[in-house]
Amino acid sequence: MNLDGNAAAGVLREVFTEEMTTSECRCESCHRLSALGQLLMYGGAMGVVLRCPSCTAIVLRVTSARRGWFVEMRGVIHVTQAGPVADS
Amino acid sequence: MITRGFKGRGERADPSRVPPGQYVTSDFPVLSAGPTPHTPLEQWSFTIRDTDGSDLASWKWKEFVALPQTELTVDIHCVTKWSKLDTRWKGVTFDALMEQAGIEPPASYLMAFSDGGYTTNLPVDDLTDGQALVAWEYDGSALEAEHGGPARLLVPHLYFWKSAKWVRGLSFMEEDEPGFWETHGYHLRGDPWKEERYSGD
Amino acid sequence: MASSIPWRTGEVKEVVWETPRVKSIMLAVPGWPGHLAGQHVDLRLTAENGYQAQRSYSLATPPEQQGIALAVERLRDGEVSTFLTDELRPGDQLELRGPLGGYFTWEVKQGGPLALVSGGSGVVPFMAMIRHRAARASDVPVDLLCSWRTLEDIIFRDELARLAERTDGFRLSHAITRSASPLPPGVYGRRIDRAMLLESLPRPEAKPLVYVCGPTPMVESVANLLVSVGHPPERVKTERFGATGGAS
Repeated sequence: MNLDGNAAAGVLREVFTEEMTTSECRCESCHRLSALGQLLMYGGAMGVVLRCPSCTAIVLRVTSARRGWFVEMRGVIHVTQAGPVADS
Repeated sequence: MITRGFKGRGERADPSRVPPGQYVTSDFPVLSAGPTPHTPLEQWSFTIRDTDGSDLASWKWKEFVALPQTELTVDIHCVTKWSKLDTRWKGVTFDALMEQAGIEPPASYLMAFSDGGYTTNLPVDDLTDGQALVAWEYDGSALEAEHGGPARLLVPHLYFWKSAKWVRGLSFMEEDEPGFWETHGYHLRGDPWKEERYSGD
Repeated sequence: MASSIPWRTGEVKEVVWETPRVKSIMLAVPGWPGHLAGQHVDLRLTAENGYQAQRSYSLATPPEQQGIALAVERLRDGEVSTFLTDELRPGDQLELRGPLGGYFTWEVKQGGPLALVSGGSGVVPFMAMIRHRAARASDVPVDLLCSWRTLEDIIFRDELARLAERTDGFRLSHAITRSASPLPPGVYGRRIDRAMLLESLPRPEAKPLVYVCGPTPMVESVANLLVSVGHPPERVKTERFGATGGAS
């Protein structure tokens, strides 16, 4: 039974050091905009595979391997906390 | 930190029977990289492709299950650390497929490909001599969709991610190219007895 | 600010059977940084032989409360849930990571009205939200529709009933999906459907914030029904639980 991006919050926080489930993602296949928490989660203990809830194309993958994290992002738009310096 | 009182499902077993780092389970955990495909059997086919992508052989479902069958009882080992002993499978061996197709492998490697886009790479030498089946029966019944039915690859001497679920064919390759999990840090070959879990192991 | 999230140790303070299948576990976690209603923790269990298992559980407690609480549904074949409900006792330590999740959260300052739909232990994150609302003495309208297999599966039944009696804008509905026994008045005796959603939740015109939580099939079916009733998909937030009653 698949879960969703909410269940990946712990792993993603470890990798990106930020809360990621509110990130905006645009599927590169069907262009649907979703919050990362809405993506469908697969992969179980092999790794995190997050798919578009509309067309199931892969949006984000994270695997923890011996050498470190493997991260593949296809269509994730994430705004980090530290953005460009505004006019002061 | 050891959690007092937690035993979990896994038991350590006889190390001559079970590869290092594995725990024996009596369940059959389901792990998928994507949603379960449901290809109708009338639309299903199994195809062997040459290195240039051209078809070398193809069978529809009814022809496929009429091929010479082999039964295997084997242990399976998942890289996520569970092992399941004495699993029973029925299907057609890689050798029988090549014989039926009347071909010799045109290259040393191949990529197994599945419905839903999953792929995994294998050296041909790991499939020959009865080492691999394309299986459509598990434990005496038709292979269930969540376990890879209607047919999955079975290469039990390697970690179970190599036994591609929902397999639709094999595509020969000159070089060993990484498939779905292999591009993400998993070992190109995946021998559980050498604990080849991740690339570089 | 970017920061990694460490594994911490929590101490079990109390364990309480809520229903024949669900147990509440209260934990004290030194250094707990605070959390939002709707967030969860990852638990990590390690056996003496090194075997590890990890599961996610939503927090039932509001940010205003000292300590955290989880609610675990015991599944017959669940290696983690049976340990947590059968073996764990006060004084034990549990390794956990959190709080996690920023998508499926709610604070009073976000306003409402709120439409909450849960299946089984999917009610847990909503308890955190409702308790947070009560702690702030907020009158943001909340409609909660919970589905359960049988009457005896209702978690937090008395507390929910007491909150509903306050008539401060909190409306509660229960749907019992698998029991043939006679039901109290006002309790639905069927699976969630369009009519039930229309009766028990605000209409789309009220522009509610909608949250759905529970087992995957229930969440997908209800989310589709909500959209078909006219709630814009971007206002419907979902959290899928696995068979273990937590998000894993």
